[in-house]
Amino acid sequence: MLIYINLTNTSILLFLISVLGIFLNQKNILVMLMSLEMMFLSISFNLIFASIYLDDIIGQIFSLLILTVAAAESSIGLAILVIYYRIRNVITVELMHLMKG
Amino acid sequence: MYLLILWLPLLGSIFSGFLGRFLGHKGSSTISIVCVFLSMFLSLTAFYEVGLMGVNHYITLTPWINVGILKVSWSFLFDSLTVTMLVVITVISSLVHLYSLEYMQNDPHLPRFMAFLEIFTFFMLVLVTADNLVQMFVGWEGVGLASYLLINFWFTRLAANQSAIKALVVNRIGDFGLSLGILTTFYIFQSIDYFTIFSLAPLFTNYFLNFGGFYVSGLTLIGIFLFIGAVGKSAQLGLHTWLPDAMEGPTPVSALIHAATMVTAGVFLLIRFSPLIEFSYTVLNILIIFGSLTAFFAGMSGVFQNDLKRVIAYSTCSQLGYMIFSCGISCYNVSMFHLANHAFFKALLFLSAGSVIHALANEQDMRRMGSLIKFLPLTYSLMLIGSFALAGFPFLTGFYSKDFILEITQITLNTNLQNLQGSFACWLGNLSVFFTAFYSFRLIYLTFINSANTTRESILKSHEPSLLMLMPLILLGLGSIFIGYLGKDLFIGIGTDFWKSSILILPTNSYFIEAEWLNINLKWLPFALSTLGIILATIINKSKIHIYLSSIVYRKICFLINKKWYLDVLYNRFFVYPILNFGYTVSFKNLDRGFIELIGPYGLSKVILVWSKLFSRLQTGQLNHYLFFIVLGVCLFLMIMCNQIQLVIFYSVLIFFI
Repeated sequence: MLIYINLTNTSILLFLISVLGIFLNQKNILVMLMSLEMMFLSISFNLIFASIYLDDIIGQIFSLLILTVAAAESSIGLAILVIYYRIRNVITVELMHLMKG
Repeated sequence: MYLLILWLPLLGSIFSGFLGRFLGHKGSSTISIVCVFLSMFLSLTAFYEVGLMGVNHYITLTPWINVGILKVSWSFLFDSLTVTMLVVITVISSLVHLYSLEYMQNDPHLPRFMAFLEIFTFFMLVLVTADNLVQMFVGWEGVGLASYLLINFWFTRLAANQSAIKALVVNRIGDFGLSLGILTTFYIFQSIDYFTIFSLAPLFTNYFLNFGGFYVSGLTLIGIFLFIGAVGKSAQLGLHTWLPDAMEGPTPVSALIHAATMVTAGVFLLIRFSPLIEFSYTVLNILIIFGSLTAFFAGMSGVFQNDLKRVIAYSTCSQLGYMIFSCGISCYNVSMFHLANHAFFKALLFLSAGSVIHALANEQDMRRMGSLIKFLPLTYSLMLIGSFALAGFPFLTGFYSKDFILEITQITLNTNLQNLQGSFACWLGNLSVFFTAFYSFRLIYLTFINSANTTRESILKSHEPSLLMLMPLILLGLGSIFIGYLGKDLFIGIGTDFWKSSILILPTNSYFIEAEWLNINLKWLPFALSTLGIILATIINKSKIHIYLSSIVYRKICFLINKKWYLDVLYNRFFVYPILNFGYTVSFKNLDRGFIELIGPYGLSKVILVWSKLFSRLQTGQLNHYLFFIVLGVCLFLMIMCNQIQLVIFYSVLIFFI
């Protein structure tokens, strides 16, 4: 079954959906963080599939590492978000334009 | 001795110019006068030795330019032509020096004036004694420079500045032609020495230069370029506008420029190059046409001028036309003879005019003079001599040269000669005789004989100048009476061997013998015409007929001629202002400060500023815009990796239009 259903395509589709989720999102920063998590998931999914396909353990090790990194990253990101909310009382992406070129 | 003729004026100039502050008025004028008089006596000796005894001198000093086949050395050639010019220049110059001693005595810058007069004489001597074209060009340009300095002598006057610049610039047009002539000569003959050129000239009669399919005779081309030089310097029609304006200088300067030195340089050049232009009928015909037109035009303009000096200036212009067209009909020796004679009576006329102006406290307008015959009898008689000589009165100086020129033009009317241009010269020359006599005697009447038109004070204050100023006048008056008679047999007598090899006249172009056996009625013609002019001037001034002024058309014509045919206005409108405008708008505003600066430093810095602002505006501060650029960058990177260059270009164009 695995030979006929190319799971790489599925994971790339998932990645692109998450990219579009970041891309088209104008309002909420939480949705962005969730899309980011989805990106990590699709990447680790891809790595796991590749590790099975190639019969190599390194992909799974990488996906485990990515899991920890993603957890750390989402915790730090949420912490920044909370601090930002505490200062500005708003988390709308559109209104974050203090830094201009 | 021969080199001293040149060095003495230079020495005088250096002394009175650089040391004038220490020498003072008396010292500097003494030194310059002593120098120029010594130079005059040496030139007379040279005339005796070279001209009368027939010993040509050729002195070579150091080499000057020695590059490849171009070899120029400082060398001086003294042949009959040169010594004649030497005598004319130094005699007139010495008398003018002596004259300006008193004429300029109250001027605070007398040492400077003397230095300029001396340097003028020096450069003129360099011009006539040169044996190659480059050395001649040194004198040629030096004379132009000295004329600028002299016309601009009263440099605080705006008019003097303007006319000096005009004289220099208009002369420079001719100088450009002359330098082209020098280059052409070197191209054709591979040499610029007179001896080489003149001895090779007969071999180059069939030499043609190819200009993109047009074949131009080499000798004709050289002749035309030399003629352009002569047009500028000798004030022929076309570039004559500087000459009347050069009257802004002091009167002795006008006498020096117009009588002996500067304007004769062009004629001298043509006479010197007679072995070359004699072989080109085109050049000879151009000389005839321009010379006779100048004689006629200037004679006509002189009739209606009201400025005392300007009338004489136009008469100079007219007489130069005579000299040029007599070169055109291959009578170089007659032209040279007229040049020498003209120097004497024109210097006399100018210096007498200076004496009148001096007596009337710088009044130059003839309409505000009159009845000076009672107050300045000596000046009057001298000016009358000058005017009679100018009008070609028999047995005065002008008669011997001018009437002979006209007799030779009569020969060209013969039907078997097929010389159409010669008849042109004959008609216009004879008409100008009438005008010459008319304006000379109009000048005499308005200045001396008619009733006074000036204020009582200036009449009462008018006085004869002192002996110092009268002495040059009297000497020139004697010269105006006797020079023609004394020089006739030497210069233009039948079979005279005075000129030897310095002038070449082809036997087919020589009409001297025929001129002597002209029909007697034709010989009377110039005299009759000038008498008619004198009579007409007398009638108009004595009988007070002013009917001719009542006609509007006639008045308009008079006005037109008084304004010099509006040639100055036309030149300004069609040449000077368009060129100035072009220089300002096109070369300066559009090219130098416009286009080149735009693609150069100024435009580039401005574009960089604009573009950097444009690019920094890409950083909007919006998070999703940044995301867009990140993704776009990744896409571009991938595209470059996949070698899809066309898409890269497409995307960069898209970025540019954001």
